[in-house]
Amino acid sequence: MPATESGAPGGAPLLRVEGLVKHFTTTSGVLLKTPTGSVKAVDGVSFDLHRGETLGIVGESGCGKSTLAKLLLRLETPTAGRALLGGRDIFEMNGEELRALRRNFQMIMQDPYTSLNPRMTVGDIIGEPFEIHPEVMPKAGRRARVRELLDRVGLNPEHISRYPHQFSGGQRQRIGIARALALNPQIIVCDEPVSALDVSIQAQVVNLLEELQRELGLSYIFIAHDLSVVRHISDRVAVMYLGKFVEIGTEEQIYDHATHPYTQALLSAAPLPDPALRGQRQIIRLDGDVPSPANPPSGCRFRTRCWKAQARCETDEPALLSRAGAAPHPSACHFAEELPTTG
Amino acid sequence: MTHLLELRDLYVEFHTRDGVARVLNGVRYHVDAGETLAVLGESGSGKSVTAQAIMGILDIPPAKIRAGEILYQGRDLLKLSESERRAIRGAEIAMVFQDSLSALNPVFPVGWQIAEAIRLRQGASRSDATRRAIELMDRVKIPAAKSRIKDYPHQFSGGMRQRVMIAMALALGPKLLIADEPTTALDVTVQAQIMDLLAELQRELGMALILITHDLGVVATVADRIAVMYAGRIVEHADVHSLYAKPAHPYTRALINSIPRQNRRGQQLLTIEGLPPNLTRIPRGCPFHPRCPYSVAICLTDLPPLRDLGAGRTSACHLTPEQLDARD
Repeated sequence: MPATESGAPGGAPLLRVEGLVKHFTTTSGVLLKTPTGSVKAVDGVSFDLHRGETLGIVGESGCGKSTLAKLLLRLETPTAGRALLGGRDIFEMNGEELRALRRNFQMIMQDPYTSLNPRMTVGDIIGEPFEIHPEVMPKAGRRARVRELLDRVGLNPEHISRYPHQFSGGQRQRIGIARALALNPQIIVCDEPVSALDVSIQAQVVNLLEELQRELGLSYIFIAHDLSVVRHISDRVAVMYLGKFVEIGTEEQIYDHATHPYTQALLSAAPLPDPALRGQRQIIRLDGDVPSPANPPSGCRFRTRCWKAQARCETDEPALLSRAGAAPHPSACHFAEELPTTG
Repeated sequence: MTHLLELRDLYVEFHTRDGVARVLNGVRYHVDAGETLAVLGESGSGKSVTAQAIMGILDIPPAKIRAGEILYQGRDLLKLSESERRAIRGAEIAMVFQDSLSALNPVFPVGWQIAEAIRLRQGASRSDATRRAIELMDRVKIPAAKSRIKDYPHQFSGGMRQRVMIAMALALGPKLLIADEPTTALDVTVQAQIMDLLAELQRELGMALILITHDLGVVATVADRIAVMYAGRIVEHADVHSLYAKPAHPYTRALINSIPRQNRRGQQLLTIEGLPPNLTRIPRGCPFHPRCPYSVAICLTDLPPLRDLGAGRTSACHLTPEQLDARD
């Protein structure tokens, strides 16, 4: 299979996102709301997602990764850009076509405590998608299908009449996964699906997600801030900073051959669970915080925290381009280069 | 030798509608000046309750300290009067909390909050206290401290707020700092800044640090010694290098094995089956036995004592590490 430069497998992608932009207008005043500017939450994001593939998206809080998820689920309307699913722009869909899209795109949320209605039984929660999309499963078969889904995610089908509070955090996340699977989607957007869980439970949920992907051919967009979990589950990884992808590539290209300074800093700052590496790893310390997306720096957005920044970075915005190197992949830096001592 | 702080067989229970939750079941650990002890455990393991008991900020009732001693410089804190404990809280032992947004008062400027302890406890004048607050903010590297002293908590980023919390904790020059998940709510790059700051302050001030966390990565980067908690007990205690190189207790082994690592890509992650126990119904025998792949008959009936493994290591398992290895 021919591989493209970004490390994506060849062939037509399942989903192609082109130049996606979402600006939120900020206002001041109570009655006469006058626009004062805009928060550039997502500012030109493009990527392909293939069948059965996991695209990891990492970035710090406020980088726009959750807004990106909401756009793809059509919970927000983009300011600009397209997302093509089977050649059709999902943002132009409506009516029956939009309903079909909503079946196809599902979501697993971060917080298994607030994302399940405490007054509904597990059976009703998992079965609710069938109320909205009755064509997927006739009424008679629903109960049996919910039991099947419970079993599929490793819960006891006998517990169909229990309420969410009777389950632990990890089990609730399984309920959320079962609900996402109910309509046989092709793409599941997972927004921080394991970050609220304890270490020993995280591994169980990650294993379940991988197993389901293998069996059902699902594609995941896996948003997380935990770099080791993203590495484990992702085929390709995109690093996001202030509304833009700064680097995208295969898991190996990003983790072993990162060329963008932000990716390098992020990787080096992540604490590794091995005390023998203490003091032996070169750790890049970034100063300060992420600038406000309402007023991002000119030119390269990372330049205010970057140790490589030069005059050019202030004026020219670097494009997300593949640059020369051992493992070429797109990186949005004028001085993209692997660190001299990797590993 | 008298340790700076030593817990001896601390038992705490909570009286709830569902019955008595036995949250701490004989916790013992100690920490000395200049040293970092990491208390590692999952939610419900009792690591934060232990810290609250040390600080004397447990809600009693529903909590009840059933037995045990908390020795600070040889004195049992549990035998002191409330006013004597007040004198120790903050001045000798201070604490940094996880969620800085809810731990800071939203209606007072941060400078006022940092200076509060200095005014009230050291009787400093308003201007002296303000000057000291600016020094402290400089100390924790808040840029332009002088101009930010009148800002309110919501005007700071998460990382800066955590620095404010640290400045508050340092105000009275404590000898022991307890940090309860200080970086859990922060981004990776900011987390690194805060852990660096804590380590630097500890070095300069010679403080003892108890770091409460569930993050095996953070522990590996900063801790000297580690106490692993499960169901209100210390199940393993070791120096950081030997714990990661050769975890002794089956629970620690499983925790360390469940971390996603590069060389395990494409394979299943190793998991710990089942769930942590309900603390109102802790299983008989070893509380970990229902989830333990090594469990034998005795584990179902007898509570394993902390076994001395030499070199300052202990593990609460009926089987020796050699016996566990033999069964792998």
